[in-house]
Amino acid sequence: METLHTGIDLLTLTNIRKSFKKSGGEEHLVLDGVSLTIKEGEIVALLGRSGSGKSTLLRIISGLAQPGSGTVLYGGKAVTGPVKGLAMVFQTFALFPWFTVLENVELGLDAMGIHHAEQRRRALAAIDLIGLDGFESAYPKELSGGMRQRVGFARALVVEPTLLLMDEAFSALDVLTAETLRTDLIELWLERRIPTKGILLVSHNIEEAVLLADRIVILGTNPGTILAEITIPLAHPRDREAPTFRQLVDKVYELMTKRPRNAAGKSEAVPLSYRLPTAPINQLAGLMEALAGEIYNGRADLPELADQMGFGVEELFPLLEALEILAFARTEGGDVELTPAGQSYVNADILQRKVIFAEHLIRHVALATHIRHVIDERPGNRAKEDRFLRELEDFFSEDEAERVLQVAIEWGRYAEHFAYEEGAGILSLENPGKIDNG
Amino acid sequence: MVEQSIKKNLPNFWDASAFILVMGLVALMAWGSRQMAAPYLPGESIPLSLDPIHLPLYALRTVLRMVIALLVSLLFTFTYATLAAKSRRAEGIMVPLLDILQSVPILGFLSITVTGFIALFPGNLLGMEMAAIFAIFTSQAWNMAFSFYQSLKTVPKELQEASALFGLSSWQRFWKLDAPYATPNLIWNTMMSVSGGWFFVVASEAITVGKTTVTLPGIGSYVAQAIQNKDLSAIGFALLTMFIVILLYDQLLFRPLVAWSEKFKVELTESQDLPESWILTLFQRAHLLRSIAQKIVDKWISLKEKLPKIPRRTLTFKDRSPLVVKLQEVSWYGILIGAMAVGGWMLVSFVSSGVHQSEILNVFMLGLITLARVMVLLLLASLIWVPIGVVIGLHPRWATKVQPLAQFLAAFPANLLFPVAVVLMVRYRLSPEIWTAPLMILGTQWYILFNVIAGASAIPNDLREAAQNLGLSGWRLWKHLLIPGIIPSLLTALVTASGGTWNASIVAEVVSWGSTTITATGLGSYIALWTAKGDYPHIVLGIAVMSLYVILFNRLFWRRLYTIAQTRYRLD
Repeated sequence: METLHTGIDLLTLTNIRKSFKKSGGEEHLVLDGVSLTIKEGEIVALLGRSGSGKSTLLRIISGLAQPGSGTVLYGGKAVTGPVKGLAMVFQTFALFPWFTVLENVELGLDAMGIHHAEQRRRALAAIDLIGLDGFESAYPKELSGGMRQRVGFARALVVEPTLLLMDEAFSALDVLTAETLRTDLIELWLERRIPTKGILLVSHNIEEAVLLADRIVILGTNPGTILAEITIPLAHPRDREAPTFRQLVDKVYELMTKRPRNAAGKSEAVPLSYRLPTAPINQLAGLMEALAGEIYNGRADLPELADQMGFGVEELFPLLEALEILAFARTEGGDVELTPAGQSYVNADILQRKVIFAEHLIRHVALATHIRHVIDERPGNRAKEDRFLRELEDFFSEDEAERVLQVAIEWGRYAEHFAYEEGAGILSLENPGKIDNG
Repeated sequence: MVEQSIKKNLPNFWDASAFILVMGLVALMAWGSRQMAAPYLPGESIPLSLDPIHLPLYALRTVLRMVIALLVSLLFTFTYATLAAKSRRAEGIMVPLLDILQSVPILGFLSITVTGFIALFPGNLLGMEMAAIFAIFTSQAWNMAFSFYQSLKTVPKELQEASALFGLSSWQRFWKLDAPYATPNLIWNTMMSVSGGWFFVVASEAITVGKTTVTLPGIGSYVAQAIQNKDLSAIGFALLTMFIVILLYDQLLFRPLVAWSEKFKVELTESQDLPESWILTLFQRAHLLRSIAQKIVDKWISLKEKLPKIPRRTLTFKDRSPLVVKLQEVSWYGILIGAMAVGGWMLVSFVSSGVHQSEILNVFMLGLITLARVMVLLLLASLIWVPIGVVIGLHPRWATKVQPLAQFLAAFPANLLFPVAVVLMVRYRLSPEIWTAPLMILGTQWYILFNVIAGASAIPNDLREAAQNLGLSGWRLWKHLLIPGIIPSLLTALVTASGGTWNASIVAEVVSWGSTTITATGLGSYIALWTAKGDYPHIVLGIAVMSLYVILFNRLFWRRLYTIAQTRYRLD
């Protein structure tokens, strides 16, 4: 299998930096100093949590977005816009609903100015190759998710790309469908039935990355930088249950949960500028209950836990992070362990749980404390949500500030630190159940 | 195999019907357009016969005006909206401009432009035709352009990215992505605009501006003539004809197009109940027609192959020096401010040339009176139609029957019914100040009915079952479930109806029967009366004030309510 590698550079990124303008005109850094080379004959997986800028990086590589600084070289030439030879498969398929399967596949060929008869021949060949025979005249909405993504693949492969980009291409599919599609793709690749010379896949699914890639590049969060790179020396087809496979999965988990920040469990709070992870209360409680349950007894191996709960990294990691901030659990070395506080939360009844949560929230999340203080000091004990948004926009983009505030509000409402009227955008101490006699 | 394909291409019953339909339409169009350019001298009165035998031809003339206005509106939509969506700088002014244009009373456009258009084509009817067509255009174009612009701005990001990655040129992208994506909304808006347009086509066929009396052969002018002659039976025939025209429009155009546009909806699950149209089914079943169409498409493709190929577009990021950007910005704003100054000065100097300052306050007062009428009418119409609409909406079988009927009634030009109302008012000596008011909402009340029906039938069944389970009934059921459930659609209806009612005030506050003219105090009658006298400064003042009311009310009242309704009462 290693014979596929020829060592020629397909794509080289040097020192990529990218930031977005925030509302106040300040810059919000999403990617910093990213350098990466993709060689001919390899499959590279880009792994990262949400907010790591992996999607942005993919858009820079494909020429859809411009880097703030740094260079992208493809085939020795600088990428300054969408280039021939790069094709992408999208997470949401990005099929044109008003075109048939055949017309969707012909799309890229048409843009290249290829003659109609030739277009037809190549499109039919690609459809045949990807196993869509018989569906040529179907419209995307008639197809199942798996079949739709096959159209996505056929559309990308028909233009015979040198480098195939995949943006979470399997994450919108159910487990079985995704697995079949992965296997089919690897087969086409190994048997060299497609002229593609390299594949770059962006994913948040650790097992998927270990299953497909020759090399995994891990992006860290805030701003996105390359945290680690590991090669996967396993031969295809890979066995998910093989000990070597499991070890690699464990290792990637460990690398991804290693975070350079203040040790959790200590009494210090995360500052206002901290990106609170999106973690709904019910899921937090559910996760803690699962950890405290018989299977794990308070301590769990991350890959196992993710598998058991049917969670991907995208869903699991924010929950773990939240538990860690709130000092309900600790993550280290690819394992997660419930703290005594977490244990007592699980053992408490509904009202006691609120009390424990409220206590931890005030102690560990500066934003919640800050909101409560402001409301306390205000005459009438009411404050507009906008004022907090503006404060958060000093640290985050507009959307991100909104998201972070929503997280804090959800937690604060559950803890009964404050009440919230969504339509008016007002935070207050009012008890919403109070009946006004005036 | 071969036999089968021959059989497939043989004309069937559907082919025959489709062929006859199409050819009949072509012949009618040809005849009508020849009539449009007939010679005409100003002052000459066009003979108009009240004999109902002529009505079909008059109706055709009316329809033809509508068709031409629609084509022009489409052309405008494609250019204006595309430019606004693609150029950030143009967007800044073009979108607010549309918003303002939308609130200018449509018959106001007509009063102002009629004499100009006539002067443009001396000795020919074409000028008058164009004035009428322009009025209809103004009733459709803004709305359509707005819808198209909004669609272009919401094209899904991943489809945009796919188009860019596969190297589609701007031209290809427009036809393969932008236009199809915008189609369902555009068609829906176009059809609604056409429905609203019947009102104005009828109104624009007989209008007097000072010494210029415009009478274009059509249903509207036929009715105007009948009013002058106090001929009730002629009015009856005109109503019948219009009824048939709208029915044909509804069945042959509105429904097929809406059913067809389903194809372009970006939703990846098939909806349960799709709109249906027998005419669309007919064309889809016509084998020969389909195979001919396929041949034409194939021919077109092979023709295109012979043309030189456009090479794959190479998109690159533009790096413009900040100085150039700054310069462009400054000059753009310079031009804009200059144009604003000239426009403002012209408005003020033109109006003040013929209107005394003291009158301006008076006009604002008249506006308040009309505003009060509009609001009271909307409230009354809601009180009547909300309960009825909800009850109908809760019964799916009734809803599917009544919904199209309400849409149909919304398209029916209510101004054709005015004479009937006037006869009643004269007979029973009813006060025009109150009784002309219902005329304003005669046509627009249907929007309330059909939107409420749609809203009520969209209330999720599990919510209704939960309410039942909790023992909610009677008034409590209405208060806690049914009324909150329809609020978003009710507001959508009220916004549309409010615009329509303002527009209708110009023709509804002054109505006549023979030599009797009934006038109600208000801004609508102000504009109508000065239009009849041909006094432009007064007309412009009236229009400006009415636009101002509409804009302010939209911004300060409707839009806020709408946002609240969308955030608080949305059921999904």
